[in-house]
Amino acid sequence: MARWGMVIDLDTCTGCQACTIACSIENNVPPPDPDGSDDHRPFTWMRLLPWIGEESPEAAGRMFPRPCMHCDDPPCTKVCPVDATNIDREGIVRQIYPRCIGCRYCTTACPYTVRYFNWKTPSWPEPLEESLNPDVSIRPAGVVEKCTFCHHRLQRAHDTAAAEGRELQEGEYMPACVEVCPSQSMFFGDLDDPDSAVSRRSRTTRAFRLLEELGTKPKVIYLRKGE
Amino acid sequence: MDRNLSAFAPDQALVRPLVETNRRFWILVGVLCSLMAVGAACYLMQLRDGLQVTGMNVPVYWGVYITNFVFFIGISHAGTLISAILRICKAEWRRSITRAAEVITVMVLFFGAGSIILDLGRPDRALNVILHSNFESPLLWDVTSISVYLTGSIIYLYLPLIPDLALLRDGLGKRRWLYRALALGWTGSARQHRLLERAISIMAIIILPIAVSVHTVVSWVFAMTVQPMWHSAIFGPYFVVGAIFSGIGALIVFMAIIRWAYGLEGYFKEIQFRNLGLLLLTMSMLWFYFTLSEFITTYYGGSPDHMVIFWAKLTGPYAPMFWTMVVGCFVIPMTLLSTRLLPVVPSTVLAGITVNIGMWIERYTIVVPSLARPRLPLETGVYYPSFVEIAMTVAFFAGFFLLYLLFTRLFPIVAIWEIREGREVSVTEVSERVASYLPEVGEAQDA
Ligand code: SF4
Ligand code: SF4
Repeated sequence: MARWGMVIDLDTCTGCQACTIACSIENNVPPPDPDGSDDHRPFTWMRLLPWIGEESPEAAGRMFPRPCMHCDDPPCTKVCPVDATNIDREGIVRQIYPRCIGCRYCTTACPYTVRYFNWKTPSWPEPLEESLNPDVSIRPAGVVEKCTFCHHRLQRAHDTAAAEGRELQEGEYMPACVEVCPSQSMFFGDLDDPDSAVSRRSRTTRAFRLLEELGTKPKVIYLRKGE
Repeated sequence: MDRNLSAFAPDQALVRPLVETNRRFWILVGVLCSLMAVGAACYLMQLRDGLQVTGMNVPVYWGVYITNFVFFIGISHAGTLISAILRICKAEWRRSITRAAEVITVMVLFFGAGSIILDLGRPDRALNVILHSNFESPLLWDVTSISVYLTGSIIYLYLPLIPDLALLRDGLGKRRWLYRALALGWTGSARQHRLLERAISIMAIIILPIAVSVHTVVSWVFAMTVQPMWHSAIFGPYFVVGAIFSGIGALIVFMAIIRWAYGLEGYFKEIQFRNLGLLLLTMSMLWFYFTLSEFITTYYGGSPDHMVIFWAKLTGPYAPMFWTMVVGCFVIPMTLLSTRLLPVVPSTVLAGITVNIGMWIERYTIVVPSLARPRLPLETGVYYPSFVEIAMTVAFFAGFFLLYLLFTRLFPIVAIWEIREGREVSVTEVSERVASYLPEVGEAQDA
């Protein structure tokens, strides 16, 4: 069984936000209201955050992309009273929208603040409505959602491989953000496979994880600024 | 009133509210009902539009609703717990106040549990808590513990009510069907009394650990996360102390209102206020001790994540609330209750009020600041409760008062039989008991 993980190279990341846009389109995350009436509420699953302070010792730019860390020991799943979020066999922390009661305990428990709540029924401006991704369900008002590592792509890759009677190959499954990154700063693959691109990079001295001291064991690994 | 209440002599005053209503009562009911109607309209709006009608946002996912939840559950410690302790200690001055206290618990728990439902994004799926229980979640411990507490508190309120229900069935002449059904064929025989006393003492003992567990698991909802200034081992006892503290304050305020509204000065005497005031004073010191421990350990630990929240509370945007809390929970009660600035009743009532304001703020400054300053450098969260949240809060308080008020109109708010028992049995019993503590006259002389 694979253990999926992501590597983000902060030395080459330009902060262009292509990952953010690709993610929102892939996963049917609605844009903010044009009139700003939903102040402080719009979200994107992938988000660029600024480092505090002027110069960052970690990143070449001043921004870093932040998806869900898909923690190996996630504080969010423990607190869900109805088991609407849990970690699957391949290490992906999933969200069961039809079961979530919207208590928002998980959103307060995640130290990375990557969980988002649907304050209202999502809506899209005119033409966008027609180009929603049919592979991803639209979340109703009142439930929590977050980055899924494009779980639907994994399912599809599994199905294809199964139909062809073979194992999943490296590179067959890749989230939208990784696929689209113009500076090729993002890598994705099986952390348990010692030869995978992510595995090799995660063992370099440049590798670090966010808030590592909390013991959540994130599966998103950052590479700090090179020499 | 020509109604003959002689069956209840000399405690007619206790049944009068059950048969007489006045304009003041109906006006109050009207006001409370309209406040609740506003709340109901707001709730319908929230159901239709989702939680966007509140002031909550990213990353302040919890606000006034959760504050109210903790506050109401805290108030519930007024009743059952205090009444049980006083009963077990055989404190004779408890006789007139136990029921007033127990009713607070039962009524307020509905609104505590209701606050959680109110906060859900999908209240229609609330049953998932049973269908898909994840017992790893502290929220589920809450659900379990609060249900047990509510059941226990209803039984604990009901048992000592039975003899009074029989009195009403036989003497009141009004709503006889209700009292007959509820009195369960009580005749007042010696055997029945023995059984009842036994049942009450058992319940009093069972309810104590349950009550402690309730506010402990409420605190664990916060403490079990790794969030700064939530993740604290002291939270369990700190919350229990805070709950009893605000509970006593609430009880004092309710006693004062009942005493004034129904003219029960003879039952709620200065001694009851004085003793509860002393308890309040003790709890105030305990509360201060816990608050100090919590903040001083955070300060000396100096972990940057925690310090952000620490300063936000002490000198940052939450400072006005924080210091109001310190004044309301410590400075004012200490001043009023340890001096004789004011007579006993006004000073305890005033302290009871400021303690409750302070304790509401305490819960708010626990819930919101930790969420508004997430670890990762997001923009700082801002949160102001919306009209809907305020209206719902007001409606919940109104609903609580209304239920309490209706109870006082259907059942005597002071246990008639316990007062009688006090007069008839305890006076001699207590003097015998006290005598038994002392050396016999003969023995003393021999020595
Ligand atoms: S980053 Fe947050 S939401 Fe994602 S797995 Fe970890 S705790 Fe859960
Ligand atoms: S908001 Fe949904 S997923 Fe999160 S803890 Fe509550 S029920 Fe679970």
